[in-house]
Formats: sequence, C-alpha cells, structure tokens
Amino acid sequence: MKRDVLSALARLALALFLLMPLIPLAIWSVAHGWRFPALLPSELSLAAWSYALSPVSGVVGSLGLTFFIAAVTSVIATALAYPAGRALGRLRFPGRSVVLVLVLAPAVLPAIAVALGLQGLFLRMGWTGTIWGVVLAHLIPALPYPTLVLTAVFARFDPHHEDQARCLGARPLQVLLHVTLPAVLPGLRTGAVLAFLISWSQYLLTLSIGGGKVQTLPLLLFTFATSGRNDLTGAVAMIYVLPALAFMALLLRQRSKTAPLPNRTDR
Amino acid sequence: MKVPLQLSGLRLTYPGSATPTLDGLDLSVGAGSLTALLGPSGTGKTTLLKLIAGLLHPDAGDIRLGDRSLLPLPPERRKVVLVFQAALLFPHLTVAQNIGFGLRMQGLPTDVIARHTDAMLDRLHLTGLGARRPDALSGGQTQRVALARALILEPDLLLLDEPLSSLDPGLREAMRALIRSLQRELGVTTLVVTHDQAEAVALADSIALMQGGRIVQHATPEVIFARPATLAVARFFGGENVLPGQARGGVFESAIGRLPLPAGTADGPGSLTLRPEAVTLGPGADARAARVMECRFLGTQTRVELDLGGTRLVALVAPHLAGGLAVGQSVGVTLPPSALWFLRENPEAPPAVPE
Repeated sequence: MKRDVLSALARLALALFLLMPLIPLAIWSVAHGWRFPALLPSELSLAAWSYALSPVSGVVGSLGLTFFIAAVTSVIATALAYPAGRALGRLRFPGRSVVLVLVLAPAVLPAIAVALGLQGLFLRMGWTGTIWGVVLAHLIPALPYPTLVLTAVFARFDPHHEDQARCLGARPLQVLLHVTLPAVLPGLRTGAVLAFLISWSQYLLTLSIGGGKVQTLPLLLFTFATSGRNDLTGAVAMIYVLPALAFMALLLRQRSKTAPLPNRTDR
Repeated sequence: MKVPLQLSGLRLTYPGSATPTLDGLDLSVGAGSLTALLGPSGTGKTTLLKLIAGLLHPDAGDIRLGDRSLLPLPPERRKVVLVFQAALLFPHLTVAQNIGFGLRMQGLPTDVIARHTDAMLDRLHLTGLGARRPDALSGGQTQRVALARALILEPDLLLLDEPLSSLDPGLREAMRALIRSLQRELGVTTLVVTHDQAEAVALADSIALMQGGRIVQHATPEVIFARPATLAVARFFGGENVLPGQARGGVFESAIGRLPLPAGTADGPGSLTLRPEAVTLGPGADARAARVMECRFLGTQTRVELDLGGTRLVALVAPHLAGGLAVGQSVGVTLPPSALWFLRENPEAPPAVPE
C-alpha cells in the first residue's frame, strides 16, 4: 500500500520533471506580449498557432518531412538490427564484446565529429542536400538502439521454439511469422520507436548533410528561436514535441500490456 | 497408420569434435511399437532424435519411415513430431492455440481446428484449460499440452525426449500410464529417449541401448535383463555378478568351480553373468557354501554381498528371506542353471574379494 503511494509519487515527479520545460513554451505559444516581471501574459492570442499551421510558414510540410525521414530511418534501422541482434544475442563467439562496443560507438561519439566526417564523404559522393542522404546519416546514430534492444530480446529467446514449430509442420516463413516475430515483437516495437525518436531529434546531422535543403522541424524551430519570435517558437516547439511524447506514451502503454501475467495460484 | 522406422549406418560427427557422436548406428522400430532409446547422458540420444526429425543431417546413413527415405525431406514434411524435453509451449499463444498450432499451419478452417483441439484437451485431461496461458500451467499440465500438440497431427512417428524427467516422482507414474495408453490407442510408432533404465523398462515394448554412438542391444526388457549382449549392457542394467572363466565341453570352469552351460556353447574363454535377483539363499541340493560379507535393506529388497570361495557375488532377495542373516555367517547359495548367461568376453578386472 505504502509502496504504491510512493511509486505513484515517483511517477508523478518524473512526469512533472519531463513536462516542466514545456509549460513556458505552451504559455508562450498563446501569449500576446509577455514581459518581465509579469507572472502570466496579459493577453492571450492564437495568432502564432494560426501562422504556424498556415501553409505560409512551412511548418506543416516540415512536420511531414520530419515524420517521413524518421519513419524510413526507423524501418531501415529495425530491419538491419533484426539479423544483427539475432546473431549477437544468440551466438557466443570470440570478440563478441568488442562487436557490441563497436555497435554502441555511434551513440557515444560526439555528433559534431561524426557530422563533419560524414559531410566530407557525402559531398564527394554527391549525397548531400537529399532526403536519402539525410536518412543514411540518421541511420548512424539510430542503428545502435534497435540493435541493442534486439540483442537482449534474442538472448532470452530459445531457438528451440523454431525447431519445435518446424516439427509441427511450419514452413520457415510460417515459423518467422507465427513464432519468432510474435516472440520478439515487443523488442521490435521498442527498437523502432527509439530509432524513430533518434531521427526525430537530429539537428546537427540534418543541417550538415541536408545543407539547409532538407528542412526538418528542429531546423525550422531553430530558425524561429534565433529570430526572437517567442510565440512562434513556442507554437512550433509544441508541434515538434507532441508527436514524440505521443510515441513515448504508446511505447509505455504497450510495455505494460506485454508485461508477463502474474502466475496463477491454483497450480 | 502404423509405419515402421528403419535407421541404417547413421554417422554424425559434430564439427570440431574428435570422436563421432553417432558411429554407424542401426536400429529398426516396429510399426506401432513403443521403443525406449536408453543410454547414459551425453551418448547422443537427443542428437539421434534431431536427425530423425530433420533438425540435423547425418554425415552418412539412411532414415526410412515406411517405404520412404526421410533424408530429402525438410522437418515439416516428415510427418515426424519431436517433443522436446523442455515442453517449449509458445508463450504468446493460449493452451488451445498451442495445441491447434500444427493444424493452423496446414491452413485448416478454424472450426475444424477448434473441434480437434477440444477433443485433444479432453483426451489429455486438460478440459477447461484451453484459454490459459502456458505460464499459468503446472509442470504436468505443460507436458500434457506438449503431447497434445504433437498427437493432434496424427504423426507417423512420435519422438519423445525425456518426457518425464521434469516431473515430480508422483506425477511420473500418471504421465507414464497416460503415454502408454495413448500410444496403444493411437498405434503411433514411438521412440522415447530416457537415461533411466527403470523408466525404460516400465514404459517400453522394447529397449534399444545406446553406447559409443551405436545401438549395442535392442530387445524386450526381459531379454536385455536375462541375456545382455555385452558385459557393458549387463552392468548398465545392474548386472553385478560377472565370473571370468573358461567354457570347456559344455561346462564353465571358474574360480568357484564348474557350472553348467547351455548346450552347444563353444569352448573358449569368457564370462558368466547372473542377475543378483536370480541368486537364491538357503539350503538346497545344489547349494554351495558362502560367507555373508554385507547385508543391506533397500526397501523392497535386501542386498546381500557374499564371498563364494574368494569370489564376490551379489544377491538381491526378498527382505523376509534375509531377515536372519548376519555378517560373517555361512549360508547356502544356489545359482540356478537357467539364469546363467555366457558371454565370450572377459571382464577388465575380475571381481575378487577385497583383502
């Protein structure tokens, strides 16, 4: 009972901590003139929102582009992570830990170093300024996450289940669809969402590889933020943050749903 | 449909291993019979099941089920179902979905699958558990679901890998009886792997004993006990009495004297074995004098160690017959001629009385 209360409080504190920075942004987005030392804006207005959502601002198009790039990155990263995670989770081979560290490397290397190095390479290949160049660049920081998640998932998956399915008359494709994928589905989902969010939040790589031609939301948001339009910045920031939060919520909900059922007592 | 299984010359060496796991293994299992594949742990029994199921491929040899060779077929087309030692129920499916899995893979309509599944649930005493998740089952229920999932497919050959080893002793008896009765009822040719000789004897029509990558003897339990093919077989089944000696003119000459041999036994060196439970104690016309060295009550039997003219002999007798025996006492010992079994093989070390 006491533990329940504590855990609820902890969750509330965590949620507040994560949502706190959004509160001033939300207020900014509807404020019309909000100067120090006023605690709250004197007048409210939806002007910033209507501008942000109008075709003139380019926010909606940019939202679609960001979503597209993140979705494609997520699908490709998860598809590549599946065989990698399967091999790393299942096989014990010399140098496995070295491979794991190398897989993790893109996530720990400073983004600026990666971006500068990639830019030189991509320029030479003629991939800069294209959506696909940006996707390719996003794959680098995105790949480690689904790979590590699937490594953990496959380490717990008993491959004898696949043998058993074959013995019960399942063809290899049926084994994949009816046995392996359902077993690793939570990991696939988590990995895909993480890869999506990594791509969604990329700024530096998009800027250096996209060369300003691929205007994702974070780039646009930065433009507004540096132009001093607090109300617009607030509105675009909300538009930028909400889909990511929705994805996180979806992920958490799915995780609690797939949590193992408690054992029955009537054994 | 009852189909015989024929294994011939199976060889398999795992990569990186110096010794072959299967070394020219031959075995034939009669149509509709239940054969126990018995052997110490690590002799490749499970490997053999995987070969038959198609999960491994032999280096040489053939596997025939009925009139067809299984080797060119993938596992899903062999009509052979292997039930693993760990029941391996699919955790994301309910009990009923697990049982119906094979039929679903065949693309049967849902109502047909449901009908067959319900029948199987009843048959394996799982009525009402169809909607459960595998992790909400007891050990015995889990094994029965795994069995139902295999039997629903009406395979030509059923392979069971240690089906009782994960169960409590009390449950084993019930599961053994269930396997026995289902196998009789359905007539499916069945090969059961076990390392427990008591289990093999209680369960199977015949026992195939595997040692060193081959089947060293395949016979009914009675024959294996009374007439083991080798000394190793005799020892595996608790045959402790081995007398080294010489066959000459239909008589076996050993340290304890002359013993009769079956007619037609050729002359030469060899050993005589005798089941401990065949040794009788007490006065008799053919009784020899022996000294009691040790007497141990084992529950259903009493184990008596005897010194018979310098040779150690073990007898297992009913406890009420051994009640009055004391260590050091002299007792009459009879070795019934019908229980003597001659092997043309010398024991590595003759069983002498320790000084």
